[in-house]
Amino acid sequence: MKLGVVNLLIWIVGLILQASVVFCVILRREFPKYYSICLYMPCSLLADLGLYFSAERLGVDSQLYFYYYYYSDTLLSILLYFVIIHFYEHVFIEMNVNRYIRGAATFLLISTAIFSYLVVHQHQDSLTPRFAVELEQNLNFVGVVLIYLLWGAVLKLRETRMRLVQLILAMGIYFSGITAVYAVRNLFPAVEDSILRWAPPLIGLWLPAAWTYAFIRTSDDQRLLTSELESKATA
Amino acid sequence: MIAALICVLSVAAFIQLLAAYCRSILASSRRVELSDRVREVAGFADRKIGAADFARLLQLVRLCPEGSDDQGEIRAVGAYYRALSLMNRLTSSLVPPVAAWATREREHCSYFAAVALDRRISYSRDLFTQHLGKA
Repeated sequence: MKLGVVNLLIWIVGLILQASVVFCVILRREFPKYYSICLYMPCSLLADLGLYFSAERLGVDSQLYFYYYYYSDTLLSILLYFVIIHFYEHVFIEMNVNRYIRGAATFLLISTAIFSYLVVHQHQDSLTPRFAVELEQNLNFVGVVLIYLLWGAVLKLRETRMRLVQLILAMGIYFSGITAVYAVRNLFPAVEDSILRWAPPLIGLWLPAAWTYAFIRTSDDQRLLTSELESKATA
Repeated sequence: MIAALICVLSVAAFIQLLAAYCRSILASSRRVELSDRVREVAGFADRKIGAADFARLLQLVRLCPEGSDDQGEIRAVGAYYRALSLMNRLTSSLVPPVAAWATREREHCSYFAAVALDRRISYSRDLFTQHLGKA
C-alpha cells in the first residue's frame, strides 16, 4: 500500500514548512544564533524524503517502512534535544553556566541512548508497534519535562526576548501534544486507526509552522514582559 | 498506569503552554494605544472594551482590506477566544476565579482585535490617500 492523498498532502506541506524555517533563519542572518534549528530542520526534511521513498518503494504496511518510521523519528527526537539544550544556553547566557548545561545534556543524551538501547535490545525479537509507540511516548515525555523546566526558568529569570520565548513555547506545545497523543494510543490501542493515526504527522506540522511565524513576525530585539505570559486565576 | 500519568501531565502542560503562546501573541498589542478614530468607529469612545466585543470587532476587521499579513494571528487569537468562551461557560458556576480569569483573557483578545482594526483602518486611509494622489 502506498501513501494516501492526505498523507501526501501533509508530507508536502511539512517539507515546505521545514524548508521555510531554514530559509527564514538564513535570510535574517541568524544562522550562528540558531544553528541547532538549522541542523534539525534539514535532517527532518531528509528523514521525510526518505520516508516518502520508502513508502513508495516498500509500501506503508511493510516491516521496513515501520522500522524506518520509528527509528528516524527517535533519532529526530534526540536531535530535538540538542535544540532544547541550545535554548537552555540562550536563556542562561548571562549566568555563564554553559559548561554545566553541556555536561548535563551529554549525560542526559548518553543515559537516554543507553536506556533506549537496553530496552530495544531486550525487545528485539518482539519490536511491535505497541512497543515503538511506548518508546516514542517516553522519549517525547523527556522532551516535555526539559521544556517545562526551561519554561520555568524563562519565567523565573524574566526572559524578555519575544522570539526566543515563542520558539520555546512552540516546541513545548509540540512535545506535549505529541506525547499526549502517543500516551492515548498506548492506553487505547483499539483507537489507533482512528483520527489518532493522523495526529502525529499533523502535530509535526505545528513546529515548523510556528517557528517560521516566529522568524517572520518577530525581530530579535522585540521584548515582552514575562508577567504578560503568566496565567494566574484570581477572583 | 504510567501512560495515563504521562497523558494527564502532557495535556496539562499542553494547555498551559498553549495559553502562554497565545498570550505572547496578544502581548504585542497590549502596549499599543488605540486611536480616537477606532474608538469612535467601534463605539468605545466613552467605555472600556469588553470581552463580548470581540465578535463585533472581528466583523469590522473583516470589512477592511488586509494590509499586513495578520490573518494567521487573528485566526489563532479567534481560536483562543472560542476556547476561553467555552471555559467561561463551563466554569462560571463551578470555579468563579477561573471564569474571571477567562473573562480577563477574552478582554485582551478584544483589545487585540481593536488594535488589528486600527491598523487596517490606517492602511485603508493610506490607500485612499494614495488613490487620491494618483487621480
